[in-house]
Amino acid sequence: MQEGKVLPAAQINRDLLRSILETPRWFWPVVSLLGAIVLAASITVGIMINTGLGITGLNYKVVWGFFITNFVFWIGISHAGVMLSAILRLAKAEWRRPATRAAEVLTIFSLMTAMIMPIIHTGRPWRILYWAFPYDFARGIWPNIRTPLVWDPSAILTYLTSSTLFVIIALVPDFAVLRDRTTGWPKLVYTLLAMGWEGNPRQWKLQIIAGVLLSALILPVFVSVHSIVSWDFGMAVAIKSWHSTVFAPYFVVGAVHSGVSAVVFAMILLRWAYGWQDYIRHEHIDALGRLLIVVATGWFYFLVMEIIFGIYGLEGDELAVRALQFLPGDYGVAYNVWMIVFVGITYFLPVILWLPKAWRRNLWIMSAACISVNVGMWLERYLLFVPGQANKQFQTFTWNDYLPQWPEALIVGATFAFVSMLMLLFSRVFPLVPLYDIKEGDILRTEMQVGRRTLTATFRED
Amino acid sequence: MAMPGFLQQLRDAMYPPSRKQAILGLFQDAESAATAGDALKDAGVPDTDYDFLTDSPYPEGSLGEREEKHRLYLYPFIGALLGLSSGIMITAMSQVAYPLVTGGKPVLSLPPMAIVCYEGTMLGAILFTVIGIVFESRLPKFVLGLYDERITQGFLGLRVNAEPEQRYEVIQIMNSAGAVEVKTDQ
Repeated sequence: MQEGKVLPAAQINRDLLRSILETPRWFWPVVSLLGAIVLAASITVGIMINTGLGITGLNYKVVWGFFITNFVFWIGISHAGVMLSAILRLAKAEWRRPATRAAEVLTIFSLMTAMIMPIIHTGRPWRILYWAFPYDFARGIWPNIRTPLVWDPSAILTYLTSSTLFVIIALVPDFAVLRDRTTGWPKLVYTLLAMGWEGNPRQWKLQIIAGVLLSALILPVFVSVHSIVSWDFGMAVAIKSWHSTVFAPYFVVGAVHSGVSAVVFAMILLRWAYGWQDYIRHEHIDALGRLLIVVATGWFYFLVMEIIFGIYGLEGDELAVRALQFLPGDYGVAYNVWMIVFVGITYFLPVILWLPKAWRRNLWIMSAACISVNVGMWLERYLLFVPGQANKQFQTFTWNDYLPQWPEALIVGATFAFVSMLMLLFSRVFPLVPLYDIKEGDILRTEMQVGRRTLTATFRED
Repeated sequence: MAMPGFLQQLRDAMYPPSRKQAILGLFQDAESAATAGDALKDAGVPDTDYDFLTDSPYPEGSLGEREEKHRLYLYPFIGALLGLSSGIMITAMSQVAYPLVTGGKPVLSLPPMAIVCYEGTMLGAILFTVIGIVFESRLPKFVLGLYDERITQGFLGLRVNAEPEQRYEVIQIMNSAGAVEVKTDQ
């Protein structure tokens, strides 16, 4: 049964545009704080480019550390947008309505953040241009398309462009609402952005088809992006524990797991910050919690399969890495302890918290579970990438370890501030809950009498 | 401020001046707006001459509006073809321009080409779909017709382009159907 009540359009406008038409007192201090963290990280990146990657913990064995872990983590978060928006739109899930835009916007900002990571990781960011793009006509230098360095940008840029256009197209009707509610230069800007939208049946028909058609087109891109990111590792045959054939679906499901958890947490924060209790309701968080149980269990299946596939071949080098990951040893870093922590906080703890309905409707418990998943998923990537490189390999002969240094910790920490800051700035100028989608849901909502109960239902033709 | 002459000419070329007059009726509920639409049809106003303006999508046909035809589904196919061609061109030409012979295998390596071509195809399809959505929605519209800001506050607008001789009949129809206000462009 659906909860909440039908609200007049004027109230929906007033409530959902509050973040734009009124600036809360906490807004600029919070944005400034986040901006200061981002600035500190930017200066650190400058120092790193000037002095070289020697100031990080990266070394001749472990060449992919915090930055690449963070890259995969943010790519994972970006999968929430399409998962929630496209799949639920195609499935006509009514409870998707308040969550779609925040998820799509989180996709865009996560992707942007993810893209920064490998660029600064190279140490010579400007060289990315001729590694990835065929532009250097003068010197006859062309990218080697057999490397994931080319596949990754093609997939990520496609996903970023698609997601951005998806958000912009869905924003056009809301730009028109803003055009009608603002004055002065903001009105001029929103008038330009609204492109003359007036809300006639043809425009609405195209808008509805656009949602479905773009969802259907972006879905394959969504699957391909994390598959290709997984091949960054899968194609590195020399590194044991990386070249598993199950990596692509494992990465995609893991991305959905962390992404949807991040969206749930973001929705709870937005509900609290802007007082959107009538729009982001307990029923929405409850539904997302149920979805997460399924996604988490799917992810856990792939995790177990990945480990079994690794051990099943009984190759000496592979077993050595697995021993490093799972058994106590004298390697300096107790990976086995981190492994237990990671599986516990990524699967067992949150799923236990999501099982009772009352807990799924408790926003504190849901927030804790979703944060737990994301800390765990970050650890998952770290524990997947680093031990494989630390292991003794053919022609390297020695073991080595990786101890991240302060520049990496600061930059990685600042990426969270960066995404939060961008989300807040977005909410200051554009509505984070789609107005027309909420209004459409209210139009289609009705009450039906079943015996002695009056139930709220939504009717929709196919 | 008067529009410069050449802009006026451009506007007239894009939107030829018509003797028809715009009339906008504002309704508080869908039923009244649909009733007004039906009455206009009965009065002989062609359904291409009036439009319902709403702040959210209504189920198709619920306002008795005309059926809208579009060709949006063609756009992704055209975009996909162009994207695929670009993908093949970029990957093939990069390899031919800088051949890396590995283990005596062919210079053109198909599996990585497939990845980039796939992304190119999808990017082309999505870009053209977005262009199609904008184009088929008749956007951007540089001149917003007769409009009222209350439409985005939940009112339904019924905008009619009526012949001058039909003007009073249209206004009467709207008032009888329960319009809270009827506006004209004159």
